[in-house]
Amino acid sequence: MARYAYAPFTYRTAPELRGEAAGNYPVVIIGAGPVGLAAAIDFALHGVKVVVLDDNDIVSVGSRAISWAKRTLEIFDRLGVGQRMIEKGVTWKVGRLFHREKEVYAFDLLPESGHKMPAFINLQQYYVEQFLVERCADFPELIDLRWNNKMTALQRRDDNVTLSVETPDGSYSLTADWVVACDGARSRTRDLLGLDFAGRVFEERFLIADVEMTADFPSERWFWFEPPFHTGESALLHKQPDHIYRIDLQLGWDANPELERQPERVIPRIKAIVGDRPFELDWVSVYTFQCRRLEKFVHGRVIFAGDSAHIISPFGGRGGNGGIQDADNLVWKLAAVIKGEAEEALIASYNEERVYAADENMLHSSRATNFITPKSEVEREFRRAVLDLAAAHPFARRMVNSGRLSTPCSLAGMSLQTPADGTGVAPGTACPDAPVEDGFLLSYLGGVFKLLVIGDMAVPACGIEVVRVGAGGLADRQGLVAARLGTDVAYLVRPDQHIAARFAALRADEIAAAMARAGLRAAYPAKAAGCFPKTA
Amino acid sequence: MKGRADEIYEALLAAHRGLDDAASAALNARLILLLANLADNPEGVLAAIKAAAS
Repeated sequence: MARYAYAPFTYRTAPELRGEAAGNYPVVIIGAGPVGLAAAIDFALHGVKVVVLDDNDIVSVGSRAISWAKRTLEIFDRLGVGQRMIEKGVTWKVGRLFHREKEVYAFDLLPESGHKMPAFINLQQYYVEQFLVERCADFPELIDLRWNNKMTALQRRDDNVTLSVETPDGSYSLTADWVVACDGARSRTRDLLGLDFAGRVFEERFLIADVEMTADFPSERWFWFEPPFHTGESALLHKQPDHIYRIDLQLGWDANPELERQPERVIPRIKAIVGDRPFELDWVSVYTFQCRRLEKFVHGRVIFAGDSAHIISPFGGRGGNGGIQDADNLVWKLAAVIKGEAEEALIASYNEERVYAADENMLHSSRATNFITPKSEVEREFRRAVLDLAAAHPFARRMVNSGRLSTPCSLAGMSLQTPADGTGVAPGTACPDAPVEDGFLLSYLGGVFKLLVIGDMAVPACGIEVVRVGAGGLADRQGLVAARLGTDVAYLVRPDQHIAARFAALRADEIAAAMARAGLRAAYPAKAAGCFPKTA
Repeated sequence: MKGRADEIYEALLAAHRGLDDAASAALNARLILLLANLADNPEGVLAAIKAAAS
């Protein structure tokens, strides 16, 4: 069995230290984790040059974030790495819930077909980072990955930020028009700016262990309440690539994290689950549940994304997925501002939309945590009642909460979206996928604003790229575009594949108003004139 | 309760008769969940929880 082989990335002396660069960049990303790397690729796809600073030279140590949700995979696909992630990852969609020895019920996250991406894959964070780093190499002129370049100080001005960077070859400084801080839960950027990271710590500790073994467990998520093999209230078993299984065991608040990390403590706990099968410990960690976020994600020219902006308790895949969705939301806006296609004010909508998403993620994960880790006899009593009733009563199954798995957040009703009457998918929703031609709809959307027209509706001259389904356009080969998005309807789809507006008929002035509302200047995308307001 | 309040109260006591405290607490928890579902009125259920707690 071949496990992931950690190999350091190549450190190079920064061009500033070789006297080859003046050190001025439109965007500097701090942190080459999944969020920073995804953002870098997205900037490159928009033609914006980025420098990425990382304080070490390897990928994530330990599997850490492993569950990547459908929406995130759609984003990875837009970035050109979706297929690779799917091929390596363990695809799953069935979850089984057990109470003591008994299976309470099983759920299927994506019972319908006709989507390019599966409900979930499990893929260790180190693979995700590796694949993203390799994708970055496709943009040598646009992405400058600087390993072992540690940001040590930053000075903010109204229209740029100067960063001090420490490297093995000495220190240098560079100036960025914009800084995107993707430096994780212990963000140095956040500390240097002295920002409050308020929230809630749940008094609970979990043991997390990656175990390599040959076993025929299916590709499913198994969750136990009051597991028969463990004294804690909850346990989780999840399959990852390379015959590695993730096991999570609740330890309680009194557990000593140092002691519990020791193999002689961990191994008997694993044996109780897997029996006499031979196994090897790959990685062990003990963690506490926390939900915290910055009050604002945008601080002048410094913008936070991912764990630096918010940390979410696990058991829903909302940390890693939420972070990638932050990048998806931010990059097109920032690229539009940098290219002069949008006013700087557009960045405020990143704050509006992703603070909302973080709160939604925190609400779900806090509720799951309360269910997974009852804190009193009465909490245990209610949980037991739900689990007892779940076998016979469907309503109680919906109350069983082993983590509400990440689904895309709806941005309905927020500033950029144009309210719509009638029927169809609501503006703010991530556009649903469906088969078209010999591929899938989402492959035709994203990157820039597009007008998705279903049916033969006439399109006035408006300079926006049109994607037509049916009526001589893309073939709706299973009728699923019509079923999921409607017929004789048009959508203005944002570069992040969220729907900005919906139209029952297309009028140039209404399209222009929707574009202006979505933050774009009349110049965007500068292909044709005629339907944008003269002043934006 | 449509004029059957006494009957419902009686049935409630009868269901608990002979149970120890733990079994009674479990029965109550199940009953609360079943009633919450039966009400089919989330606003009403949330208001009832508030009323019971005040």
